[in-house]
Amino acid sequence: MMKTVDLIEEIYWGLSANKVRSFLTILGIVIGIASVIALQAIGAGAKGTIEASIQSVGSNLLFVTPGAQRGVGVSINAGRGSSQTLTNEDAAAIASSINGVKAVVSEKSARYQVKAGGLNTNTSIIGTTSAYPGVRNIQIDTGTFISDQQQQSSQRVAVLGPTAMADLFGSSTTNIIGKTVTIKNMPFIVIGTTVAKGGSGFSNSDDAIYVPLSTAQKFLAGDDFLGTIDVQAEDASQMTNIKNDITSLLLARHKITGTKTADFSVMSQTDILATASSITDTLTSLLAAIAGISLLVGGIGIMNMMLTTVTERTKEIGLRQAIGAEKADISRQFLLEAVTLTFIGGAVGTFIGYLASLIISKFINVAGTITLSSVMLAIGVSAGIGIVFGYYPARRAAKLNPIEALRFE
Amino acid sequence: MIEVKNIGKTYKTGDIEYQALKGISLTIKDGEFLAIMGPSGSGKSTLMHILGALDKPSSGNYILDGKDVSEYSEDELARIRKQKIGFVFQSFNLLPRTTVLRNVMLPLIYAGVPKGEREERAKMALKAASFEESHFLNLSNQLSGGQIQRVAIARALVNNPSLILADEPTGNLDTKTGEIVLGTFQKLNSEGHTIVLITHERDVAEHARRIVFLRDGVVLSDELNKNQVMAKT
Repeated sequence: MMKTVDLIEEIYWGLSANKVRSFLTILGIVIGIASVIALQAIGAGAKGTIEASIQSVGSNLLFVTPGAQRGVGVSINAGRGSSQTLTNEDAAAIASSINGVKAVVSEKSARYQVKAGGLNTNTSIIGTTSAYPGVRNIQIDTGTFISDQQQQSSQRVAVLGPTAMADLFGSSTTNIIGKTVTIKNMPFIVIGTTVAKGGSGFSNSDDAIYVPLSTAQKFLAGDDFLGTIDVQAEDASQMTNIKNDITSLLLARHKITGTKTADFSVMSQTDILATASSITDTLTSLLAAIAGISLLVGGIGIMNMMLTTVTERTKEIGLRQAIGAEKADISRQFLLEAVTLTFIGGAVGTFIGYLASLIISKFINVAGTITLSSVMLAIGVSAGIGIVFGYYPARRAAKLNPIEALRFE
Repeated sequence: MIEVKNIGKTYKTGDIEYQALKGISLTIKDGEFLAIMGPSGSGKSTLMHILGALDKPSSGNYILDGKDVSEYSEDELARIRKQKIGFVFQSFNLLPRTTVLRNVMLPLIYAGVPKGEREERAKMALKAASFEESHFLNLSNQLSGGQIQRVAIARALVNNPSLILADEPTGNLDTKTGEIVLGTFQKLNSEGHTIVLITHERDVAEHARRIVFLRDGVVLSDELNKNQVMAKT
């Protein structure tokens, strides 16, 4: 049998004899692998970003929201704000009768048009109480947050998130305390601003204006119901117990039997993370499947090229057999030609996929994440494609009868 | 030393059987220059395939250098070819767009000859086949017909085979170039190489020292060629 060094040399000559065709075949694999790598990186990056932004909200948190619970994964937002079942009394009952609760904060949020001077914006107005910054990890930049006294007397005061502030006051960020903003045509006095927290899209605490809960209920929404009750546990290990206790308590208060018909839902940070992860995972596998199809097409391209090559080089195969090539020599040569093409395609494709993920992440503001395992997998898969799609043509070459191969025109 | 004992070869296409060889016996001693002649359909190509270990006889025995290879597997036959047989074809069969030297070295790769030795041996074979040294690095498609066939002869020689089999080596060449090629064979024979020439042309066969005439799968005559024609080179 032929030595490996010689085999590699023969493969080099074989492939370089038809450079254009080899290049085009490699290109097919490059596109397949590059799209797998890029989409996988974007998917992993998106997942990381979403998880980080959910976690930035604060740990040890449970969210009680109105609306039916339809199981994890489909309905985090189903009915949120639309059905009105949670009351101030519910929140008070949770605070007073459930063990292990550190803080309870009620929220009443909606989007309104807000004006200040000549500028206006449409932002989220969160009606809440003094415990909110502690529960949600929000730092006060200037001024103060809403006080209990302001909450009790339903004062029209507002605390601005940095994005909302920039939208309303532009670059003039000094002396904002004491200025007036108009929400739903009612004047509110600015009493404070918060520190930028980052995070985008999902629960952006920067693009928001905080007002006292009772103010939001009385002047903005016009009803006494709550949007969300945030419950902070003393300890993460108690989350499940607290969740169950809240559910029983509210079921009893709402006179509902059986959790299936509950008119509220209690979700922990972990539930939301699991939901978000399952969404991004599904998305990532969908993208990977699409990329996988292009890889399959590339593989068929390899097989097509190798079959053409074997037919074209029938006479050469006959000659090699006549001068003493054994079956294994012939099949190894053609199999390795295919694997070489796909391996090069895999390596180049990984590199291009990496570049593509960098470029895409610039546009969609998601950091692409490339792991060593995904690179190894891509190169492994591409070499595997070479073996799978190169096997049949190689076997066909090795099975040629030398006499007929030599006569082939 | 080659011994062919009562060899038969039958081809089957569906239900139809065709007997290409009907009991051929032949002994070829080392250093002989033999021409196998016959019209098309005489079985000379079939006999060449068996002598060259490209095919197996249906009956009878083929003894090459003392070993009966009639029942060898395809890979065993491949090993016999790389060690003991050198082929020269009518259609040359050089690797296209490849240098002369690499073409001649190709059998050495399969025979497992160390890389360092290959070039030296290929150059020696090319010189033995009277190929001009200045063209060693030319590509095969830049050569004339006569040059190509001498590269093919060098390739057949390079492994020092027990037998050089030439199948109509002058069939694609003009008379003058054909003479040069036949002269090369005569020179190699005088240096001790065993050569079997397969041809349907008497003019070509006359260059050998012994002529075997086949017709319809049997040997019609097998005699020394008293009037061996020496090639005009």
